[in-house]
Amino acid sequence: MTLHEFLYWFILPVLAVSALLVFVRFFLGPSIADRVVAFDLLIVVGIGIIAIYSIITEQPTFLDIAMIFALIAFLGTTAMSYYLRKSQHKGRHKDKVLPKLKKRNSHDRD
Amino acid sequence: MTVIEIVIAALAAFGAILTLLAGVGIVRMPDVYLRISVTTKAASLGVGVLLICAAMYFDEPSVTTKVLAIILFILLTAPVGAHLIGRVAYIMGVPLWKKSVMDDLKGQYKGRSKELQSDEADGGDAIHAED
Repeated sequence: MTLHEFLYWFILPVLAVSALLVFVRFFLGPSIADRVVAFDLLIVVGIGIIAIYSIITEQPTFLDIAMIFALIAFLGTTAMSYYLRKSQHKGRHKDKVLPKLKKRNSHDRD
Repeated sequence: MTVIEIVIAALAAFGAILTLLAGVGIVRMPDVYLRISVTTKAASLGVGVLLICAAMYFDEPSVTTKVLAIILFILLTAPVGAHLIGRVAYIMGVPLWKKSVMDDLKGQYKGRSKELQSDEADGGDAIHAED
C-alpha cells in the first residue's frame, strides 16, 4: 500500500466523517453562537482536507487556498460576533431570535 | 514505503484522529462554551499536524514557509475568535450547562449596555467573602 492509497482510503474518510459531524451541529445548534463555532470548525477541517488533497494530487498550489480559508474563518467569526454584539446592544435580537433561550436563562445579569 | 512516507502516514493518522475528536466533541458536548473549548484545542493541533505532513511530503522551502504561515495564523486566531464568540454568547444569554458548578461572570454584566463592571463599588465583599 502506497502512501497515496493510505491517505485516500483511510485519512480522507475520517476527515469527511468529522466534517459530517460538524454539519450535524451546524444544523442542530440551538443558538446562533453554536452555528458560528460549527462554521469556524468546518473551515478548519476543510484546511486539513486541502492539505491531504495537495499530497494526493501533488499540487502544492492548493495550500494557497488553505491560507485564504484560514483568513476567511477568522474574519467570519469576528464579523459575526461584532454583528451579534451590536444587535444585542440595541435589544432587538434577544426578543426575535432567542425567545426560547431567554426563557430558560439560568444566569440573569440585571 | 520509505521511512519518510511511514512518518507522514503516522502523522496524518494522528491529525485525522484529532480532527475526528473535535467533530465528536462539537456534537456531544452539552454547552456552547464547552464546544468552543473542545473545537479550538483539538482542531488547531489536528490541522497543524496535517499541514506538517504536507510540508514533509513536498520538502521545498516555499511550501514549508506557506505551511508555517498557515499554522502560525491558525494558532494566533483560534483563541481570539473563541474568546470573541464565547463572550458574545454569554452576553446574548446562551444558558450554561445545568451541571456547571460555577459562573464567575454572574452579575458582572450590568444593565442594557452590558458593560463589564467589577463588584468593588457596591459589593466588594462578594469577591473577598471566601478569605
